[in-house]
Amino acid sequence: MTVDAVIIGSGPGGSTAADVLTRAGWSVVIIEKGRNHLLDPTDLTKPSSDYSNDEIKFTDRYFLGPDPFLEPRTFRLGPEDGDHTHVGEVNSIPSTVGGGGTHADGKTPRFREVDFAMLSTFGPQPGAEVADWPLTYDDLEPWYTMVERAVGVAGTAGANPFAAPRSAPFPMPSGAPMFGATLSTAAAERLGFHPYAAPTAANSVPYDGRPACNNCGFCAFFGCPIHAKGDPVALLTRTMATGRAELWPETYVSRIRTEGRRATGVDYIGPDGVERSMDARHVIVAGGAIETPRLLLQSELGNELVGRHLMVHYQTIVVGVMPFDVHGDRGRAVTHVHDDAMIQDDLSRAAAKEAGLPWMRGGMVEHGGGGMPISEAKIYPWGAGHGEMMKDSRMRRHLWAFIMQGEDLPYTTNTVDLDPTIRDVRGFPAPRITYKGGRHELAASAHHGPRLEAVLKEMGAVWTIRTSSPGGNFEGVRRRMIPESRHVIGTARMGSDPTTSVVDPFGRLHDFDNVIVADSSVFPTASGYGPTLTLVALAARAAGALAGTPPDI
Amino acid sequence: MPIWLTETEYSTLLAACNVLLPPSGDVPGAGDAGAGEYIDTLLAAFSFDPPRIWAGGPTSGRAGGAANFSHFHSLSALDELAWRTRIEGSQGRPEREYNGPVVGYQQRYREGLGSLGDDFARCAPEEQETRLRADPDFLELLLGHTCEGMYGAPEYGGNRDLAGWRSIGFAGDVQPRGWTDAEVSTP
Repeated sequence: MTVDAVIIGSGPGGSTAADVLTRAGWSVVIIEKGRNHLLDPTDLTKPSSDYSNDEIKFTDRYFLGPDPFLEPRTFRLGPEDGDHTHVGEVNSIPSTVGGGGTHADGKTPRFREVDFAMLSTFGPQPGAEVADWPLTYDDLEPWYTMVERAVGVAGTAGANPFAAPRSAPFPMPSGAPMFGATLSTAAAERLGFHPYAAPTAANSVPYDGRPACNNCGFCAFFGCPIHAKGDPVALLTRTMATGRAELWPETYVSRIRTEGRRATGVDYIGPDGVERSMDARHVIVAGGAIETPRLLLQSELGNELVGRHLMVHYQTIVVGVMPFDVHGDRGRAVTHVHDDAMIQDDLSRAAAKEAGLPWMRGGMVEHGGGGMPISEAKIYPWGAGHGEMMKDSRMRRHLWAFIMQGEDLPYTTNTVDLDPTIRDVRGFPAPRITYKGGRHELAASAHHGPRLEAVLKEMGAVWTIRTSSPGGNFEGVRRRMIPESRHVIGTARMGSDPTTSVVDPFGRLHDFDNVIVADSSVFPTASGYGPTLTLVALAARAAGALAGTPPDI
Repeated sequence: MPIWLTETEYSTLLAACNVLLPPSGDVPGAGDAGAGEYIDTLLAAFSFDPPRIWAGGPTSGRAGGAANFSHFHSLSALDELAWRTRIEGSQGRPEREYNGPVVGYQQRYREGLGSLGDDFARCAPEEQETRLRADPDFLELLLGHTCEGMYGAPEYGGNRDLAGWRSIGFAGDVQPRGWTDAEVSTP
C-alpha cells in the first residue's frame, strides 16, 4: 500500500498538515520519534492522562524528551572550536507526540506585515542574509484565521496598537491576567510602552470539547494535565477520527528515499529496532529547524543552503525582585506582552547608529513570573541560610521578569550539520549546532535590556539583573553561549529563487517537489514573535496547496 | 532501611543532605525531610516495577482527583536503556557506549559518599564543608538531587509530609482544583 503522504514529526506543523490532508480525503501516516503521552493509547481520538503538575518528571527527568543520552546534540560557536565544545542538550524541543506544542505556554501571536518584508522595508545588514519572504501577510491572513480556530487562540482584538489587521475576531476572549502582569503592564504604560493581553492557545472558556484552563501554573515546559492548551491534541484527535491516519510513535525516519527527482517514501526504524521502508506519494518533513535539516542532510536532499541561516531568537532576559509576592505560580506563565522593542524609535535608531548598524530590531517582550521551587533551590548557595532564602523566595515568589524574543538575523555561518563523531542511540550522526550572535543581536540586546530594567524598577523592583540567551554578557563562559530559547528557525529557507533558498513559497524542495517542509525551518527571517502560529499557518497553506483545498474559514 | 545504599553510606548521605540544605526553624534539614530516601530510591529505581522514574498523572489526590502519581509510568525499551545507563553506568556494554563509557549514579554515589568518609556524620561542620567541596562534580550531583528530594513531589521518596513545600508556602500540584481567576488576578 502506498499512502498519500508520510508526515515526519507530530508537532504543530506535522499535525496541522495531517489535519488539512485527512479532511481533504488523503491517507497519511504520521511518524514520531518520541513516545505518545498526548493521546489515549487505547483510543487515539481521545487525550491521555499522562501529564501532571510534577517538576521532577518534566524538568529533571526528560519526560517529554529528548533524553540527551538517547538523542544528543552538539554545539560550537564556530569552526575555530574544532568538532564541538559541548555534547548533550542544545535548545531542545520535546521529542514526543505533539512535539514542541506540548511544552509551550501557548503564546500564539501573528507576525505583522513588516515581518514578511524585512529587506525591502529596512534594507540589508552587513554580514547577514536578510531577505523578504516570498509571500505577504495578506497571503497568510486567511490561514492565520483558520488555524487560530483549529488550535483555539484566546485574545483581545485591538489591544495591540501595532497588530496587523484581522479578518475575524479571536475565537476566545483573553483569559485571566496574572497578578504580576497587572502591575508590570501598568508600569510599562507609565513609561510609554503598549502592553496587551498575549494571544494565547490556552482555553479561556470551554472550547472544541476541551475545558477552560484552570490556571494551575504548571504551563511553560509542562504538558497540560487537562488538555486546555492548544497543543496539537485538537488537531491530532480530529485527524485520527477521520480514520484516514495512522500514528507511529517511537519510530525514527532514517532516510527519505528518492528515484530521479521524486521522493518515493522513507526508511524508518520502529520500536522493535528493525529498519523497514514504506512508500508514499508525498513526504512532509516537520521535525523542526534542527531535526529537519538533519534528515535532509542524512538523505542527501536539497541544495547547499540546507542547514544554513539557523536562528534561535536572541533572548534578552531582565529579572526584577519585588518587595511583595507577585504570585507568578498561578496562571498561564505569561499573560501579557508588548511589541514596542520591534518598533523603531529615536532611541533605537540612535543606538543602531552608535553601533554602526543600518537598523536595529528587538522582539516581543513577555511579562512573566518565576520558575518552580526545585529550580529555585538550585540557584541559592547551599548551607546555612538556604532555607531562609527559600522562604524569602526572591528568585521565585518575588520575581518578575521580561523576556524579549529578540530577532536574530540570518547568517550563513549559523548552521545545523551532522556531527563528525557523536551518534544517537540508533547510530546516526547527532545534529551539530554552530551558532554565534552577530553585532546586531548584541547591540539590540544591550539597548533594549536597560529599557526593560527601567520598567521593572517602575514596578517597584528592589534589585534587577540583565542577561541573554545565548549569554552575550558572559563572554568566556562557554556553557552560557549555548542558546536555550526553545525557538528554532531557519535552515531550509523559502524563496522563489532556487539559488538563494531551499524550498519554494509552498514549502516544496526546489529539486524534489513532492518533498514538503512544514515547520519553522522555512522562515527566511525570524521576526521577534514566537514562531508557532506562523509555522502552523504555513503548514496549513502548504497542505492546502497539495490537496487543492482553500482555507477553511 | 536503604534499598541500594549500605547503612553506612546512607548515614553519610543523610548527614550530607542536612549540611547542604540544613534545618531552619521548625523546618527539618533535607536529609530528615526525605532527600536521602529520594536519592536511594533513584539509585534503586529498577528494583521496582514499573521503575521509579516518572510518577503518573494527571493528579496526586492532594487537590482532588485520584492518587495517580503513585502509579509510575512504564518505560519503553529506549527509556530503560537511557535510565539504566544513567543509573548503573555503561559497564562495558556496547549498546550503552555508542558515545563512549558512562559512569553511572550508583558508582558516583558509592565513590562520592566513600570519599566523604564513614565518620562524616560526626565531623565538625567546617570539616564536613571541606570534604564536600573536595569533589565539585559529586557536590553538584548531590546538591541537585538534594534539592529535588526536598522540593519535589513526595511520591519520589522525598519532601516527607510535604515539609519542603510547607516550609515555603508552595501549594505543590494543584490539579484538578487549579486556581480561580480571582486567585490569579487579585490574590
